[in-house]
Amino acid sequence: MKKFLALVLAALMVFSLCACGNDDGGSGDEKVIKIGVYEPQTGKNGAGGKQEILGMQYANEKCPTVEIGGETYKVELVYADNESVNEKAVSAATELIAEGVSVVLGSYGSGVSIAASDTFKEAGVPAIGVTCTNPQVTEGNEHYFRICFLDPFQGTVQANFAKDQLKATKVYCLGELGNDYDQGLINYFKEAAEDLDMEVITESFPADNSDFTSYLNNAKKAGAEAIFAPCSIQYAQLIVEQADAQGVEIPLLGSDTWDNNTIVGATVGKSTELYVSTFYAEGGNADFEAGIKEWIKADSKRLENNGGDDMLSAVTVMGYDAYMVAIEAIKAADSADAAAVMAALPGVTYTGISGDISFNDTGDANRDTAYIKTANTETGVWDFVVVQKAA
Amino acid sequence: MIDFLHNNLQYLLSGISVGGQYALIAIGYTMVYGILRLINFAHGDVFMVAGLIMIYAIAGGLPMWLAIVLVLVLTVVLGVVIEKVAYKPLRSAPRMSVMISAIGVSYLLQNCALYFTGGLPRTYPVIPFLTKKVTIWGATTKMVTIVTPILTLVLIVVLVLLIKYTKIGMAMRAVSKDFETSQLMGIKINSVISFTFVIGCFLAAVGSLLYFSNYQTVVPTSGAMPGLKAFVAAVFGGIGSIPGAVIGAFIIGICENIIKGIGQNWTIFSDAFTFVLLIVILLVKPTGIFGEKATDKV
Amino acid sequence: MNGTMQNSKPLQTPEEVAKRQGMWLTIVCLGILYVALFALDNFVKPSKFTLMLIPVLKKGAIYSLLCVSMNLLNGFTGLFSLGQAGFMLVGAYAYSIFSIPVAQHASVYQYFNGGAIQFSIPEALGNVLGVDLGNFLGAIICIIIAGLVAAVFAALIGIPVLRFKSDYLAIATLGFAEIIRAIFQWNGLGTITNGSNLLRKYTSFSDMKFAIGGQVFKFGTIFPFLIAMICIILIVLLINSSYGRAFKAIRDDEVAAEAMGINLFKHKMLSFVISSFFAGVGGALLAMFQTTVQASAFMSAMTYEILLIVVIGGIGSVSGSCIAAFLYIACSEWWLRFLDSGKLPFGNIEVSFFRDGFRKVVFSVVIMIIVLFFSKGIMGNKELSFAGLIRKIKSKKAAKAAKQEEGGAA
Repeated sequence: MKKFLALVLAALMVFSLCACGNDDGGSGDEKVIKIGVYEPQTGKNGAGGKQEILGMQYANEKCPTVEIGGETYKVELVYADNESVNEKAVSAATELIAEGVSVVLGSYGSGVSIAASDTFKEAGVPAIGVTCTNPQVTEGNEHYFRICFLDPFQGTVQANFAKDQLKATKVYCLGELGNDYDQGLINYFKEAAEDLDMEVITESFPADNSDFTSYLNNAKKAGAEAIFAPCSIQYAQLIVEQADAQGVEIPLLGSDTWDNNTIVGATVGKSTELYVSTFYAEGGNADFEAGIKEWIKADSKRLENNGGDDMLSAVTVMGYDAYMVAIEAIKAADSADAAAVMAALPGVTYTGISGDISFNDTGDANRDTAYIKTANTETGVWDFVVVQKAA
Repeated sequence: MIDFLHNNLQYLLSGISVGGQYALIAIGYTMVYGILRLINFAHGDVFMVAGLIMIYAIAGGLPMWLAIVLVLVLTVVLGVVIEKVAYKPLRSAPRMSVMISAIGVSYLLQNCALYFTGGLPRTYPVIPFLTKKVTIWGATTKMVTIVTPILTLVLIVVLVLLIKYTKIGMAMRAVSKDFETSQLMGIKINSVISFTFVIGCFLAAVGSLLYFSNYQTVVPTSGAMPGLKAFVAAVFGGIGSIPGAVIGAFIIGICENIIKGIGQNWTIFSDAFTFVLLIVILLVKPTGIFGEKATDKV
Repeated sequence: MNGTMQNSKPLQTPEEVAKRQGMWLTIVCLGILYVALFALDNFVKPSKFTLMLIPVLKKGAIYSLLCVSMNLLNGFTGLFSLGQAGFMLVGAYAYSIFSIPVAQHASVYQYFNGGAIQFSIPEALGNVLGVDLGNFLGAIICIIIAGLVAAVFAALIGIPVLRFKSDYLAIATLGFAEIIRAIFQWNGLGTITNGSNLLRKYTSFSDMKFAIGGQVFKFGTIFPFLIAMICIILIVLLINSSYGRAFKAIRDDEVAAEAMGINLFKHKMLSFVISSFFAGVGGALLAMFQTTVQASAFMSAMTYEILLIVVIGGIGSVSGSCIAAFLYIACSEWWLRFLDSGKLPFGNIEVSFFRDGFRKVVFSVVIMIIVLFFSKGIMGNKELSFAGLIRKIKSKKAAKAAKQEEGGAA
């Protein structure tokens, strides 16, 4: 029996070694350039990661080739699942590097991006953050770029919104314990809100918690006029649902992660007042939207990955733009070499679906707009509310 | 006093409701432990799978009543199959091996759930009666909050009667007292054990209906924490004792929500508290509040 | 062979000869291994193969240590503890807190005003001894601190917990691991632990390099092997000492062991603390490997993973744990990745049921098969050693010779 086991393992080993041996380099007749997709496909942020990938896949279909030095290269997306946990970040990132990618896109979730950053750095591969908003992702790094806004900005926007539009004087903040995205954003929100003379109460819930009733009651008891809960989709659904069940009618403020069709779907027929800040509001570019929606609907798998319907999430649009920025960088570098792409990236400017993209000194996009959307509890779609600028 | 209760009714209601759901899971632990001396680590995951079965049954177009029946039946079948495949072959093996097997089953169930859901959180279907909003004494909540403790108590009374007055109940008591001797007395050990798993999984399935009606998202790890807490409840109440497990579960559910209600920095310790409670009870009264005094047989 | 030696020590038995030969062979093989690792780090051109191989080797070495340390407790002392992840967490934090360069504190502890601890051991040593040596020695000192802090935690936890028997011990240690995690994430200790946020920028494997004569030599892969090997040797020495025999006696029969005059609590505590020390060291190495540390990664699932590797390798076998650790890491991070990607590794055949999570399903099925049908694992409770191999070959030869002689006689 043991011998059999040993045999199986040995066979496996041989197989995989063959596998590693035979597919490096493209086949002779077609030149290929690889773009790494470093995204969570399972775990807490799996839903968001999958929506982001949809954008990249659509962009890949729209723009499947790139001209380098007068030759046409086919662009191939290479995927690595970081499982939404930092522990798997290094091996997922290594896998992409071993595949020989020229540039990496991702990730949804700031923690995993920070965790993989050093691996990309050592390999000299540039990375473009799509929706990771924590400042630490790009700070002090030459190789990490980002096309979305940052948490200090988002926190300020939310605080301004709570003050101006909701007329709140007291805000209750709730984040997941041990999640740097939640805690970081709450921290910036708190700083901004206290500058605006609002009172802020912060609480954290342990990971994998599903009972939010007591937290919501705490908010109610404290007399909060808004609840700011920048947490992952999994928790957001529960919070929306339980707020209604507990008769908590305080407006909910969500961050960019909340811009997801399952969340807006959960508000249908409820008395929840829900606002999210995000990168893109549906209706910004009709042609593009019609195209991608048709593309999503054409395949049941894509539809499932998008949360069951064809509503467009901002992260999908960002995924599309990130891919296009990468293509621009490759064109500018006129090379498939990772180092050349990295050198070209700071100079790239691109007019994307979500707005103009250009990078500043730290590698962050110069962005000064966030869209605030609200959940329409009758139709289950997002209604555009206002464009917020930082200052 | 009345005022205090009134002000904190919301927390108490949450606590009682979640406590009732823990109780239904805890019975599965306590009965299996009573008979096999095994912490069935997979029990929490069976509970999670019950939630997923419901989701897929409704998505498959089944009517509500049929879906509920299907959940109860399939969960029971799953539990019995796990026992037959993963625990029975190891009956004479050291206890550590069986526990490792239980951990393996838990790992398998979670990974299968991950595979089938594709890693996306799934939304639990709305069971109209349970999710209706009600207001009691100024506190708004879901119907399930009221239903849970009542249903839990009814089920437990039935269970206690079953164990006390039926033949199979008597056999179960005998087996939990002394495994070998009862075998010698002609009790069919295997059918008693299967029956224990049937009851445990049935209650877990009922628990999952109530729990996920309250918290309508199912992810592969949904069962882990409730499972662990239910186990602590079983230990707290005295493992092997059914009323003990129920009271333990209610105490843990209520305490947990009170801690969350205190607010400030304490909320993050609401999970840790459960384990502190476990360690304290094991130190002070290792047999739990209702446990019988066990003699160490050399 | 070496007849002169045998003449000078005429009392040597074949057992001892085999043992000595085995030891030499082991040393030679380890030497070759280290030379190969050094070459891999410095002279081999990076290819797809080596890029995947290096992290697998590093992580495999770290997991070997973690598995052996868990095996010491579960396999050799018979204490079923599920607190491994908690002690790894303590080790990882202790390591990284003391090795973050002072200049980076403001950025790492950005929400806590730069944190409370304002020194860095590698940096302090680096100022005196030069950066490279400072990093190397500093990392070793921090690793030892990591182990010690984990051991202190274990000693405190052990006092109440070690009174419990089998499954209660398991659940209590599991509980403590969860409590530790909650404490390390608590904002109240944020100035030290950085609360929920990542610790980063500390000394990692890539800092293990020396500039010799203008050329930089990297030791990033050798380092975890070296530390893990030293620790595993220490554990093996302990297991073979009188303490180790006491541990095994406790495992086989507590009551009998006590009757033979073994102080149960003292020995259990010793095993628990030492195992946790090495878990802490392993946690520190894991931190170096990952380049970032966050408490939320050290879930009980991590403990289960390590436990299952120990089971695959064989409960009570050090070499089994090491082999299983390398195999497991290689399969999960490398060889079986194709199960998730939807493509077979050879040809370009797409298989529709190969999608996210399929690798894990295959894995857990394999684990269940091992648990149910090969409960002894790869090695059972035997050890793989050259001495044993030599003995086996010799005895086979002897048997053959005897047979031939017999045949000749007949």
